[in-house]
Amino acid sequence: MNNIIVYLEIEDGIVGDVSLELLTKGRTLADQLKCKLEAVAAGHKLDGIGAQVFPFGVDTLYVADDARLAPYTTLPHTSLLVNLFKEEKPQIALMGATSIGRDLGPRVSSALFSGLTADCTSLEIGTYEDKKAGKVYDNLLYQIRPAFGGNIVATIVNPDCRPQMATVREGVMKKEICDAKFAGKTKKLEVSKYVPDTDFVIEVIERHMEKSKVNLKGSPIVIAGGYGMGSAENFKLLYDLAAVLGGEVGASRAAVDSGMCEHERQIGQTGTTVRPKLYIACGISGQIQHIAGMQESAMIIAINSDPHAPINAIADYVITGTVEEVIPKMIQYYKKNSK
Amino acid sequence: MSFNIVVLAKQVPDTRNVGKDAMKADGTVNRAALPAIYNPEDLNALEQALRLKSKIEGATVHVLTMGPARAAEIIRESMYRGADGGYLLSGREFAGSDTLATSYALACAIRKIGKVDIIICGRQAIDGDTAQVGPQVAEKLGMPQITYAEEILDCSNQKITVKRRLERGVEVVKGPIPMVVTVNSSAASCRPRHAKLTLKYKHAATPTEKQDSGSDYTDLYSTHPYLNINEWGVSDIEHDIKWLGLSGSPTKVKQIENVVFTAKESKKMTAADNDIEDLMKELIANHTIG
Ligand SMILES: Cc1cc2nc3c(=O)[nH]c(=O)nc-3n(C[C@H](O)[C@H](O)[C@H](O)COP(=O)(O)OP(=O)(O)OC[C@H]3O[C@@H](n4cnc5c(N)ncnc54)[C@H](O)[C@@H]3O)c2cc1C
Ligand SMILES: Nc1ncnc2c1ncn2[C@@H]1O[C@H](COP(=O)(O)O)[C@@H](O)[C@H]1O
Repeated sequence: MNNIIVYLEIEDGIVGDVSLELLTKGRTLADQLKCKLEAVAAGHKLDGIGAQVFPFGVDTLYVADDARLAPYTTLPHTSLLVNLFKEEKPQIALMGATSIGRDLGPRVSSALFSGLTADCTSLEIGTYEDKKAGKVYDNLLYQIRPAFGGNIVATIVNPDCRPQMATVREGVMKKEICDAKFAGKTKKLEVSKYVPDTDFVIEVIERHMEKSKVNLKGSPIVIAGGYGMGSAENFKLLYDLAAVLGGEVGASRAAVDSGMCEHERQIGQTGTTVRPKLYIACGISGQIQHIAGMQESAMIIAINSDPHAPINAIADYVITGTVEEVIPKMIQYYKKNSK
Repeated sequence: MSFNIVVLAKQVPDTRNVGKDAMKADGTVNRAALPAIYNPEDLNALEQALRLKSKIEGATVHVLTMGPARAAEIIRESMYRGADGGYLLSGREFAGSDTLATSYALACAIRKIGKVDIIICGRQAIDGDTAQVGPQVAEKLGMPQITYAEEILDCSNQKITVKRRLERGVEVVKGPIPMVVTVNSSAASCRPRHAKLTLKYKHAATPTEKQDSGSDYTDLYSTHPYLNINEWGVSDIEHDIKWLGLSGSPTKVKQIENVVFTAKESKKMTAADNDIEDLMKELIANHTIG
């Protein structure tokens, strides 16, 4: 009762990173609140799920195994969560801000009349004072997220309704195993008790899912290009530099929108969050929404022809010059001086 | 047979072009400084609705928007592009709504509209980026949903087939109507205003607008009933007041902060060969690279 529940996203028997990141965060919050961390797996052929999630400190894993639950469709997964939440009364429910979590979360929140905050960038525990009602709430979930296009950060609370629900994008939270030998329990759910047959109304006729080819989150060096790269042709310079230094190529939204680079590589508030050892921003002005996804990089180098580009304020090294000139020199002098 | 399509569209502040004066000194947003626009993905939704209308005999498209009086502009804009009309849901009671209270009010209005076969929304509104209202309306009306739609491929025999664009792939799904569909920006962009329709509907107005303009068009509106935009207040919909506005909103804003990044002490250099060489040497020496 009153635990934290994380909804697991599962594709081909593998739990998605976004869910493991939420479990990591959920474990910390559960320790703070002195409650249990629980997870729900809904799908088919789920025998391997326990081994994947218990090391993240899951106390209880609910398993709803039924061929009709995979691939994901909205109504059955909604009923499962709604009915499980009615029984278990979790205080917090977390899911990925993915095309599944953002399809499922609002439905569940609407059915239970519990507030949901989308795309949180940080989750904390704290108090809240409702001055009008003269009430103080302890141990609420602070759901912190950018708003108004990233120009402000809002802290949202749900004082009275449970569960407090939030979605978080992939890569925003860190993924960390808490104990490889952690012993959690598995509880099998009888699917027909939770999901009426009438929920299976959507037929999936075709489905092509691709594993991400780009590993931005995991790369220690990220070379990111912006609108200032000028062309997809010039973006090749970045791949060259990435190949030499052993990094991955990222991009700003302006670069993605103008077709210089694929969407998967976008970094920022509406893209991936990265925390590499080294971030090289090439022809990126450094708008708030971009910075939101890379400010925690250990070291930042900015290459920009404009000496007053906003990115320069948060950079450790500011190179004032054009990418066309600077990047080939970086490759040249790296090769000359390494080994 | 009538086939009724309702598009949910919202007027939003243009957060993509936030200038310096958009933030007040106290860190709150100066909505007045931001131009109000048609939420971009709702235009994609409108286009899907208009395409469906042209394929289904007797189909109509009406736009439902909840917002202040000036949000009637959204309905006119939709009519210029091919919608048949619309409904503005407006009133003090709706103020302070979060997504749940918004979806409750919209669901009440849809019930009042009556038989609705397909509801099409944008995936998300750019003022909040929540993508919650569509699915929440669906839940409240007990309808299934298809989110992240890129294209409605077919709608026949009481079934709708939709191509969905997800972050890591595509899906084609089929389901029964009535259905709620939410549309991505990857879908076809909306057709432009149609000159004839723009001329036809330019005087379309809500009762409030007619009153405010004080103009003497009474005749015009009685002879051209299509120029009357429906305007509903809280008393026009069947509702329970506790689910509206602030009291119907479980989420509360505890705090709002301006985003400030702490500037670093940075080392400045040029593109000159020796600058770049020194930098690469330094990075190799401190094991950042290599
Ligand atoms: C809700 C919302 C979400 C957003 N999410 C994201 C997000 O996730 N990620 C993101 O990146 N953006 C996001 N944006 C967009 C963001 O506001 C900026 O528009 C975008 O980051 C700008 O990209 P840019 O810096 O590449 O382009 P610009 O701002 O056009 O900057 C180009 C830079 O290149 C420099 N330059 C030009 N030529 C050269 C040259 N030859 N050599 C070197 N430098 C040169 C210029 O001086 C300039 O500084 C979002 C916006 C909104 C409203
Ligand atoms: N006030 C409103 N009036 C009409 N439609 C709305 C309103 N708010 C949200 N919507 C619809 O719901 C979608 C998702 O909105 P949101 O959950 O705010 O991101 C929008 O793209 C609109 O189609």
